[in-house]
Amino acid sequence: MSDDPMMVAVAAGVLSADDAHRALLNSVAETARAIFGAKAASIFLYDERTDELVFEAVAGSGADTLIGRRLPSSAGIAGWVLVTRQPLVIEDVRADPRFAQDVAEDTGYVPKGIMAVPLLHQERSLGVLEVLDRPANAKFTLAEMDLLGLFANQAAIALDLTQRSRRAREALEGGDPAYAAVATVARRLDEMGADSAAVRRLLEALADVLGPADGDAESAAERPMRRRRRA
Amino acid sequence: MSDAADDAPEELPAWSLTADQAAKLRDPAWPSRFTREWAWGGSTGKGVRVAIVDSGVDPDHPLVGQVQQAVTIGDPDKVEVLADTEGDLCGHGTACAGIVRSIAPDCEIVSVRVLGAGYTGSGPVLMAGLEWAVDEKFDLINMSLSTTKRQFSEFLHELADDAYFNNTMIVASAHNMPVESYPWRFSSVLSVGSHDQQGPLTFFYNPDPPVEFFAPGLDLDVPWIGGSTLRCSGNSFATPHMTGICALILGKHPELTPFQLKSVLHGTATNVEEAAP
Repeated sequence: MSDDPMMVAVAAGVLSADDAHRALLNSVAETARAIFGAKAASIFLYDERTDELVFEAVAGSGADTLIGRRLPSSAGIAGWVLVTRQPLVIEDVRADPRFAQDVAEDTGYVPKGIMAVPLLHQERSLGVLEVLDRPANAKFTLAEMDLLGLFANQAAIALDLTQRSRRAREALEGGDPAYAAVATVARRLDEMGADSAAVRRLLEALADVLGPADGDAESAAERPMRRRRRA
Repeated sequence: MSDAADDAPEELPAWSLTADQAAKLRDPAWPSRFTREWAWGGSTGKGVRVAIVDSGVDPDHPLVGQVQQAVTIGDPDKVEVLADTEGDLCGHGTACAGIVRSIAPDCEIVSVRVLGAGYTGSGPVLMAGLEWAVDEKFDLINMSLSTTKRQFSEFLHELADDAYFNNTMIVASAHNMPVESYPWRFSSVLSVGSHDQQGPLTFFYNPDPPVEFFAPGLDLDVPWIGGSTLRCSGNSFATPHMTGICALILGKHPELTPFQLKSVLHGTATNVEEAAP
């Protein structure tokens, strides 16, 4: 990482944010476990680059050993929920062929019942929240499904923040000279003061050179689909 | 014009209706208040074609019975469909088909597989599968899936409207969470959420949409792959209950349009029927 004081400050901010987001995820998992009286609760992050689910937060059984463990994204109940983007409640997973028994055994804890809910942020499916083994005599209710959805929203926001700060950290650690240049420009602008006429002229010139931001143009991947009618 | 000519079916106006034409618009005599007996008494869903757009359907499951046709998507850009010999790769579609059959045992079931092994699926494949089913003019399309991607919403809206006006009712799962997803939010589909009561024919009309009907969706023993059954909860499984009830109604009243079908469902819903004087 650069020795530039500005870069160090930015990196410190990013790193502390990562810790805070991890604490937030742990808090969501712990609260979900407590509210549902469950044996454990886990939050998985979907890593698009490797197409894997990663244990990001674990409360209860497995909390010490599972963080960072990776599973194929198509594995088990979590994989199904990730793709269908619908929550699922199964009383006895051993009867469900989607349940990845081998993966569960590998994690050291084999649950009987699972509540799993996708973590959706805007249009993306960021991961999965699972609550394992509610009390055996407690009948599942639709109100619990609603409650699980509320927790999922909270966890999704925390996951989104985690992903953003990690990308920022990776960019800094990558030592890309472009980021050092951006840091230098930011520092000089800060020193000159936002009201400076020179700053305004510089920003206007930059806007002319750069043109509209990527987000202003509709990319091919996001272009709305049109109906094709058969002849 | 002769009397015989007056009785002949006449093409209905598209955008306007004169008093003369209105006098000729005949609708079959509906009872002043329809009952469940009138709506589906004696029906088994025979003659009704149902597409299950999902993960495939296990053709050998005893609780599903015969699957008349199974297709999957080849090239989604060309809406290319191929014969599907994979059956069901995870169980979800088999559960939906089994629930429909448990209510309407003689309906035809066609599997349209849009999810693959390892649950891989993509928006374009889902769209192509649904588009094929709409173009094939099935009576009913069960869709216990939805997408949260806005880029598909306009396309899905068009598809849903085309289906509705071509006498195909898309029965779609509402999302179980407070998120925007499609196509269940469109008024031209029949959207379904879960209630927690017993009885496959217990369903409720919701006067406060977007979810229009609630059907059983809690602790259901449903068929799964490998000839098994599994206890599941969720709107995915409430939806085929409504598809099954629709199949019963259309088996007895095949002439009903989606609008009329929704009207019959409203009139026979548990909360409406029980509240009637």
